[in-house]
Amino acid sequence: MLEEFLPAAPVLLVLLGGTIAIVFEGAVPRLVRPTVQAAWALLVLIGAFGWTLVNWSANAPQLAAMNALTLDGPSQLTWMLLLFFGALAVLLFAERRVGGGESPFAPNASAVPSSQAEREAIAARQEQTEVFPLLLFSLAGMMVFAAANDLLTMFVALEVLSFPLYVLCGMARRRRLLSQEASLKYFLLGALSSAIFLYGVALTFGYAGSFHFRDIDLAVQSNAQSPWLLLAGLALLGVGVLFKMGAVPFHNWVPDVYQGAPTPVTAFMAICTKLAATVGLLRLLYVALGSLRWDWQTALAVIAVATMVVGSLIGLTQTDVKRLLAYSSIAHAGFILVGVVGAVTTANGLADDRVGSVAAILVYLAAYGLATMGAFAIVTLVRRSGAEATSFAAWSGLGRRDPLLGVLMTIFLLSMAGIPLTGGFIGKVAVFAAAWNGGYSWLVLIAVIASLVTAGFYFHVIWVMFGPNPNDETALVSPGIGTQIVIWVGVVGTLLLGVLPGPLLDIAINSAGFIR
Amino acid sequence: MSNSIPLLTILGVLPLAFALIAFVVRGKAGKQLALVGSLVTLAVGVWAFFAAGSGDLSELVPWIPQIGAWYALSLDGMGRAMVLLTVILVPIVLGAEWTLDQKKAEAHAEPRWGGNVFGALALLVEGFALFVFMSADVLLFYIFFEATLIPMFFLITGWGGAKRGRAAMKFLLFSLAGGLVMLFAVIGVYGITAGAGQPSFLIDDFASIPMSETVQKVLFAGFFIAFAVKAPMVPVHTWLPDTAEQALPGATALLVGILDKIGTFGMIRICLGMLPGASLWATPFVVVLAVISIIYGAVLAITSTNLLRLVAYTSVSHFGFMVLGIFAFTTTAMSGSIFYMLAHGFSSAALFLAVGFLLNRRGSVEIADFGGVQQLAPLLAGVFLISGLATLGLPGTANFVGEFSIMTGSWQRQTAAVVIAVLGTVLAAVYVLWAYQRVFTGQPTDAVKQSVTSDLGGREKLVIGPLIALLLLFGFYPQPMINVVEQTASTTMNVVGMTDPLPGSMGGK
Repeated sequence: MLEEFLPAAPVLLVLLGGTIAIVFEGAVPRLVRPTVQAAWALLVLIGAFGWTLVNWSANAPQLAAMNALTLDGPSQLTWMLLLFFGALAVLLFAERRVGGGESPFAPNASAVPSSQAEREAIAARQEQTEVFPLLLFSLAGMMVFAAANDLLTMFVALEVLSFPLYVLCGMARRRRLLSQEASLKYFLLGALSSAIFLYGVALTFGYAGSFHFRDIDLAVQSNAQSPWLLLAGLALLGVGVLFKMGAVPFHNWVPDVYQGAPTPVTAFMAICTKLAATVGLLRLLYVALGSLRWDWQTALAVIAVATMVVGSLIGLTQTDVKRLLAYSSIAHAGFILVGVVGAVTTANGLADDRVGSVAAILVYLAAYGLATMGAFAIVTLVRRSGAEATSFAAWSGLGRRDPLLGVLMTIFLLSMAGIPLTGGFIGKVAVFAAAWNGGYSWLVLIAVIASLVTAGFYFHVIWVMFGPNPNDETALVSPGIGTQIVIWVGVVGTLLLGVLPGPLLDIAINSAGFIR
Repeated sequence: MSNSIPLLTILGVLPLAFALIAFVVRGKAGKQLALVGSLVTLAVGVWAFFAAGSGDLSELVPWIPQIGAWYALSLDGMGRAMVLLTVILVPIVLGAEWTLDQKKAEAHAEPRWGGNVFGALALLVEGFALFVFMSADVLLFYIFFEATLIPMFFLITGWGGAKRGRAAMKFLLFSLAGGLVMLFAVIGVYGITAGAGQPSFLIDDFASIPMSETVQKVLFAGFFIAFAVKAPMVPVHTWLPDTAEQALPGATALLVGILDKIGTFGMIRICLGMLPGASLWATPFVVVLAVISIIYGAVLAITSTNLLRLVAYTSVSHFGFMVLGIFAFTTTAMSGSIFYMLAHGFSSAALFLAVGFLLNRRGSVEIADFGGVQQLAPLLAGVFLISGLATLGLPGTANFVGEFSIMTGSWQRQTAAVVIAVLGTVLAAVYVLWAYQRVFTGQPTDAVKQSVTSDLGGREKLVIGPLIALLLLFGFYPQPMINVVEQTASTTMNVVGMTDPLPGSMGGK
């Protein structure tokens, strides 16, 4: 029994860490609780990362937890990325200096905005340190989602990762109504998409007679039943996962939620949710439904085109940095889907030492995560009368007032635009090459054109920062140590990945093989 | 790989390193450091120019082996010419824009950053451009091709006219559009080499891989569009006049003198060198575009009322000549083209800087604001005239050698195109001399008298002198340089599989 669960220890560690953190809520004095919680969360994540690293370097893919989890290359690498970005998010969660000594979260999330209860909570300097265990639980859900080996585990993981996020989204300290609206929107749409996913699970079970990916694959190959049940199931499952990825037409929640949620939560969500959802989608499509490739490739190509077009074109009209980053995240989902459509894996003839779809997408996600994390960290520094100011008007002339910060933000934006010498370029080349090799060169052409459009809005931000005269009403607060670490890790990682991508590509190639 | 010191890497990294230093060191010291950096690069560049003539400097290191990308540098004849052009122009431009942080001209808004930032950005442009000219790997070429855009974008944004923001954005979007279409072709190169067994981005590996005609044509289109935007050719040239009008003349000199050469450079290195079949297929179309560029650019130059726009349009016309020479497929025309790239780098820079000197004095470059400057600043008038005459291809200047070789070399393959292109040289005489007449001759108005109070100063003489000397040197004594660039021309002719047509007296057409 124990050996069944031992390989999955990193997940258990994160879950256990979250549970202990809840005990801290009652046991640790209020004054030191924020520090203790943040340190504990970091410790748990570092421990889980180390354990995953050990598992990964043993290089022995295996099933665990009674075949509910697959601990293969992709899931191990995804876990490491999730834990890494999760730790960076904890640093942003714990940042107090940029808020003038206040945490980015509401002092009492259940108090009605502007009510007496809220004023009292502020006066008493209350804090909702539950955000740290919430993050841990959500992260555990993401880890399971990326490694799930059957549909039921996947569904449970989907819910585990979602619920803490719904709560976190509504906890912004400033502009609380906007934040609560975001939370509610995310919850309603998220619940709907979960229901649709569950419906897909049921239909697929009806076809294959099993939840396990392996059995589904065998059933598909033996072609025992009418395919309509399966295709309907596939479509509904796809809707559920594509919703979490933020792909068109399931993207409508993204801008509102990204804008309304507290920025550290947005950063966490933008990176980790996308990471988990993408790997879950890969596993679903490549492992369980790999033999149906010809059926889903075309449909997914259409979704990829729609996602890139909507994300890039609507992004052009944005005048708010956070919303712009939301549309940028939609466009990135489109670029990732381009790689998914290619479906070049070792299962269909890729040589072992080459970059296939899985490796390309993991590298892309790493580069995207580094740049996005850094960009959102910088967003928290631009403030007007204490609250974050994200409109272009507030951002104008930022780079001229603080050239270093302007240059750092420029590097993140260049990486997102896929300009050479940044990680984003390597990711784009890898993903597009995978699509080309999969026979989708026309999709690459469209993706390249969409890249141009996205470059239009990234450079618009650069122009806003360096072109006009500085806006005097905006204050640039100096970052605390946590935010500084996040920004510099982002910059160094982005440039390193852009100039010397070899090591990460190697890791990704070696971790690209799914087992079932 | 026999060389012990990686000279080419040093040459490329030097300006980048100095750029970083100049960014950090503020004020005058930073500006001086940038100039020192450009002079050191000049020395190393000249060294590399001669060293590449006597030995093989190429470097080959696996860079991203997983996708077949190499850190591969080499320096052939064309590369040597372009490296020489780059390392010479940058210190000259830095000298010419030495006083940019004190400029108070009305047409130019207040500067955004100090002189050290200008120097640093110029050095970044230089370093990236040098890497482009030395790359022997398509991905490496592409990376630096795109990288040049970023410092250039900031060079345009930072200094110049009131509408420079729009101009910078237009420049960037045009270039990025070309660049991303090229990215499509670059990924195609990966797809094809990976399909053939071993992914590789090496330029030399590619031409021998068999591929379908359609694929070759698609890739050619991807690369050619990028280079046509860069060069710039009609109809994708509109960004250049707008940029030239708003940007600092020094920045434009870098842009037109160095960066735009990447367009024609890439046509020879990548279009012809990697996709010879498709290049031959596209020749009629490209030649027509080239001829249109020649005539259309010249006509618009004549009708321009702004000196900077005028010089920009002359460049559109001259890039038409270069492209014509490249796609004529004779050794003479192609080496003439490469030689012309070098000559045009010097002459257009001289002309832009001369207009810059006018701008610093008068605060405007509208032709209508001038008249009779020759009486007030005879030396400046002389400099403008000599650069202008070089631009119109007067015998005795380097441009003549290039233009003449292109015409004679293209005659047998593209007779009709040459007949029309000759009109371009006639129009060139009109735009140069007419502009000279309106700006420099006649009686100076009061406004001109008040603003143009001094002739060329010592610094201005020092920066423009070498350019004019080089134009005359290569005009009267072109043979050594022709020998250098001919190597690339004949190699490329071999790859394309074309032989020179026999002269008429020996039974040719």
